[in-house]
Amino acid sequence: MSASGGSADLLIEGVGKRFGEVVALDHVSLKVAQGELLTILGPSGSGKTTLLKVVAGFETPDGGRVTVGGVEITALPPAKRDIGMVFQNYALFPHLSVAANVAFPLEMRNIAKPEIERRVAEALAMVELKGYEARLPRQLSGGQQQRVALARAIVFNPRLLLLDEPFGALDRKLRETMQLEVRRLQRRLGLTTIFITHDQEEALVLSDRIAVMNRGTIQQIATTTEIYERPANDFVADFVGESNIYHGTMSGPGTVTLDGGRTLTVRSDKPAGTKVGVLMRPERFASSGTNAFTGEVIESVYLGTSFKLRLACEGGLELLVRQPARGALPATATRVTVGIDPESIHVF
Amino acid sequence: MNRSIFPALPALILLFVFFLFPVVRMLGFSVEGGTFDWYAKALGEQLYLRVFWNTFEIALLVTFFCLLLGYPLGFLMATTTPFWATMGFIFVLLPLWTSVLVRTYAWMVLLGRNGVFNRTLIEAGVITDPIPMLHNFTGVLIGMVHVLLPYMVLPIYSAVRKVDPAIPAAAAGLGASSFAIFRRIYLPLTLNGIFAGSVLVFVLSLGFYITPALLGGGRVIIIAVLIEQQVREALNWPFAAALSAVLLAATFAVYALAQRYSQPVETTR
Repeated sequence: MSASGGSADLLIEGVGKRFGEVVALDHVSLKVAQGELLTILGPSGSGKTTLLKVVAGFETPDGGRVTVGGVEITALPPAKRDIGMVFQNYALFPHLSVAANVAFPLEMRNIAKPEIERRVAEALAMVELKGYEARLPRQLSGGQQQRVALARAIVFNPRLLLLDEPFGALDRKLRETMQLEVRRLQRRLGLTTIFITHDQEEALVLSDRIAVMNRGTIQQIATTTEIYERPANDFVADFVGESNIYHGTMSGPGTVTLDGGRTLTVRSDKPAGTKVGVLMRPERFASSGTNAFTGEVIESVYLGTSFKLRLACEGGLELLVRQPARGALPATATRVTVGIDPESIHVF
Repeated sequence: MNRSIFPALPALILLFVFFLFPVVRMLGFSVEGGTFDWYAKALGEQLYLRVFWNTFEIALLVTFFCLLLGYPLGFLMATTTPFWATMGFIFVLLPLWTSVLVRTYAWMVLLGRNGVFNRTLIEAGVITDPIPMLHNFTGVLIGMVHVLLPYMVLPIYSAVRKVDPAIPAAAAGLGASSFAIFRRIYLPLTLNGIFAGSVLVFVLSLGFYITPALLGGGRVIIIAVLIEQQVREALNWPFAAALSAVLLAATFAVYALAQRYSQPVETTR
C-alpha cells in the first residue's frame, strides 16, 4: 500500500470479536463509501469502540475481513495501515511541540525535510493554528489540542480518518464549533471518515449515514433522516431522540390496535394481524389531529422554545408531548387534548 | 508557612542527636589540631586518588549495567498484564527484603573457585580452569549490580506507568515502528525515571561497603573499604574522617548536579 494513497472506501465483512464470555462484535458488516462520513452510534459497551480498534489495527478480530480500497488489512499492524485517528483524549505527544506532533507521521514515512515543513504548515493552516508551531500541547486549550490531533491525523493524507468520541471533553459551545469545522474539513478533503459517538444529537449533526449499534450488532444503517423518522426497531427509536413507543397488532388496513386497546389510524400497508411497533415523536403532536388523545398533565416543563408535557391518557397510555412555547404553560392535573396525523406515526 | 513543626519534632530530635551530631563530630575529627593535613593527604597522594577513581569507576559501571538490565525489566513490568507485573514485583522486591549480607554470601557461594558457576562450567567441559570471579573487580560488579538493581527498576517502572497507553498507540497508528516508538516516545517520556534511578544507584554505589568488602576480599579497594581499614586496622580516625568528608562532598556534588540538570517531563495520565 502506498504511503499517500489518499482516501479510500472501507468494507467490513462479518467481523466478530469476543472477550472471554462477552461478545463485543457479532458478525458486523458495513460499507463506507469513499468520502463518506459514517457515524457509529451506540451506548457504552455496544461494541463501537472495539469495531474502531479493529479498523485501526489495535484489536485483532476473531473472524471476518476488513478491506480498505480493495486491499485486505485485517492482519496488518497499525503502523502499516495509513489510517489517521483522533483519540478520545487526543493522545498528543506531550514532549513535542505542535509542529513536531504534526510532523511525526511524515517523519515516520521518511519524507524529505522541506516537504515535511510545507505539509505541516499547510495542515496547521487548515485547522487555523498558524503561529502555534512552537507551543507544547499543555500550553494549548482543549479545542486547540483537538485541532492539533486533527492536523496530525490528516497531514499524511490517510486512507481513512477515525474519530473516537473526540468532542466529549469540550464544552457545549466549543463542541458545536468543532463539529462543524470537522465536517467542513472532511468534506473539503473528501476523506472517508468513521466517527464514534454515544451522543445522538452529535451524530445527527455530523453524519452522512449513521450505524446504530447495540450489543455487538448493527441495529440499523441509514441516513440521518431515515434513522430519526423511520427507525428499524425499538432500540433505534428509543436511542435516537425522544419517543413514545407502543406495541400492537394491525387490525385492518391502516389501523393498529395497541396492546392497551386503543386504536390508531396510521399509514402502513402491513397485513392485518402483524405484530407492530408504533413510534410517535413528541414534537409531532399538534393541538388537534386524526388521532386525538386527552389526558391529565402529570409533568410539565418549560424549555424556552417549547413546553414538554407528560400526559396520562385513557387506556394506560402515557405520552411525551412537545408543544411550541406559546401562551401559558399547562399546569399539572389539568386536562389537555392533543392530536397526531397518520403520516406522523411510524409503524415498524 | 504558619504550619506547626511540632508533629515532626520527635523525628527531628532523633535525626539531630543520632545523625547530625555524629556527622559534625566526625567532621571535627578530620580537622583535629586545626590542620587540613589529612585532607591534603587524602586528595594529594596518588594512592588515595586511585581509590577515589576506582570508586567512581565502579559506581559508573554499576549504574550502566543496572540501567541496561533495569530498563527492559521496569518497562515490561509497567506494560504487561497485572499478573506478570505482580510476579515482576515479587522477584524485584524479594531480594530487597533480604539482608544484603545474606545475598552477598550467596554470591560468594556462586562465584568462588569451586563455586556453582565454575563447577558447572568445568563439568560441562566448557572450561578447564576456573574463571576468577570472586575477590576481584568482576565479582564486586556482579554483586553490586544485583543488590542495587531494584533501585533502578522501580523509578523506571513508575515513569513508564505514567505514560498514557494511548500515546504509544497513537504513534503506532501514525506509522511508527516499535523501535521508533521507544526512541521517540517512551525514551523521552521516561528520562526522569532513568535519571532518578541512575542517580540513586550511583550515589548508593559511591558509599557501598558490605558487598565490595566481601566480594572484593580486600583486593578491590574502594573508598568505603579504605575508610573501614583506616578505622579498624590503622586506627587513624582523623584520616578516616577526612576521607568520609570527601566522599560526602562528592556525593552531594553528584546529587546537586543531578538536580540541576533534571527536568520535569510532562506526561499525561
